Amino acid sequence: MSVTGERIPILRLGKCLLVTIQVDMHDQLAMTLQADLASAIASQESSGLLIDISALEIVDSFIGRMIANTAAMCRVLDAETVVVGMQPAVAITLVELGLTLHGIHTALNVERGMAVLEHAAAAGV
Amino acid sequence: MSSAPIVAKQASFQLRSTVDLAVARRGVRDWAQNLGLSVLDLTRIVTAASELGRNVVVHGGGGVMHLEVVRAGDRQGLRVIFKDHGPGIPEIARAMQDGYTSGGGMGLGLPGAKRLVNEFDLSSTPSEGTCVTIVRWKS
Amino acid sequence: MTSTVAASRSEFRRLVVERREEVLTAWVKEQLKEGRAESLPANELRMQGDEFLTLITDPADTDSILDADAEAWAPARAFLADLSRTRARQGFSPSETASFVFALKRPLFAMLRAEFAFDAAQLGDEIWHATELLDQLGLLTMEEYQRGREEVIRRQQEEMLELSTPVVTLWDGVLALPMIGTLDSARTQIVMETLLQRIVETGAAIAIIDITGVPTVDTMTAQHLLKTVTATRLMGAECIISGIRPQIAQTIVHLGVDLGDVTTKATLADAFRVALSRTGRRVCNATPTGQCP
Repeated sequence: MSVTGERIPILRLGKCLLVTIQVDMHDQLAMTLQADLASAIASQESSGLLIDISALEIVDSFIGRMIANTAAMCRVLDAETVVVGMQPAVAITLVELGLTLHGIHTALNVERGMAVLEHAAAAGV
Repeated sequence: MSSAPIVAKQASFQLRSTVDLAVARRGVRDWAQNLGLSVLDLTRIVTAASELGRNVVVHGGGGVMHLEVVRAGDRQGLRVIFKDHGPGIPEIARAMQDGYTSGGGMGLGLPGAKRLVNEFDLSSTPSEGTCVTIVRWKS
Repeated sequence: MTSTVAASRSEFRRLVVERREEVLTAWVKEQLKEGRAESLPANELRMQGDEFLTLITDPADTDSILDADAEAWAPARAFLADLSRTRARQGFSPSETASFVFALKRPLFAMLRAEFAFDAAQLGDEIWHATELLDQLGLLTMEEYQRGREEVIRRQQEEMLELSTPVVTLWDGVLALPMIGTLDSARTQIVMETLLQRIVETGAAIAIIDITGVPTVDTMTAQHLLKTVTATRLMGAECIISGIRPQIAQTIVHLGVDLGDVTTKATLADAFRVALSRTGRRVCNATPTGQCP
């Protein structure tokens, strides 16, 4: 019944990390990902994280919570988070759902996301 | 709820754990696509189903999701019914307000889901269970 | 109502077949009496008339000769439907179009009167049969005309809808959406989806929604606009709303709609200036040699 062993890969982009979410994540996978991210950011002393959701057709409050928690966790580890590639239908649905993702950076794509991270790093403490 | 639409197709999905949610979501998504709902409407109903399904698992102690293609006049739509035999929702009016939370979550489940669909019906009896019915008509 | 005398059913058709040329010529002349038909090419009336006569004399099924709805009359109906739509497009009125069929009565009746001069009963029957058939076909022409007009209107509405909500690229990374006319719920939703899609496609950083051409804004519209702005921000781009007239500003405040920190500008030009500046550009006057200072 459990699907251990399945992990979402985390890539390194310079001083940042990139994670591409392509599957409809069930709870266990999401928990594993958060743990893996915390571990990776700490061990690689990353300054930023890009979460690519361009392949996600559905973002519900659970995923929203996961993203918010991840961003909060990153901030504690002195890294910024940018969510990239949100699909239009997802954006509209999130607004209607009332999910604001307040305080979380977003960008249209990975390239823009990197620019946001660099900007944040330059302006940051 | 509008007067008795005809049920053209029906299927049931058990919702015992969060793993079942992914299966249920896929079911709603496939049916919505076959029905020809627009990308946006499909996203809306699957997201609403995900929220309500999660309530069944997390708060309702597990339950079932019924998926139906319904027809009323010359309209076609997707109806999703969520049933559980859990503790029920004691203060429905409050639960239907944005910001109310009972489980440490964002508290957006019910009012948010309601905004995503054309029809929303909730009935709940404390200590007996909850039944939520949503419909998305094809525009 | 069907004829009581079986043999007489096909009399007028037989006559048309035998004296086709005579009927056709007289018929075309009759049509030309209606001013509008003169605008058509000379032989077009003749060709159309010729085809129609073939279609009404062909059906071998004599039982349904008077029932224009019958299967045997399908080709004739199709022909008339086509003619109707063409005439509608050419600017003919419904009556002018129907006169194609009705004008056939006079030459036909004249011919019948001559043929059955000595049999009043049969003449009566024949004229009645012919009238019944031609009336049905004439009415059908008008119905098809109506349908043709409705199709034109529907297409024009679609085109207007498309034209009135174009998304234009003002500069690299800056889109503009000039909205014109009243915004209903359905339209605003389509507009919102289109804009967001274009933002993704072009990778635009800023989208300017200009509502100069929008006379009034109600709660639903204001909320849809707000939804568009929020969704854009969620995706990682920005919206600027321009062209808010004083009346609309008042309405928005009265409705209690909170635009929050959405940038609003009075004119599209102002909004464009802000957009350029936010995307790191500067506009300056060129030196006499056409260089940047």
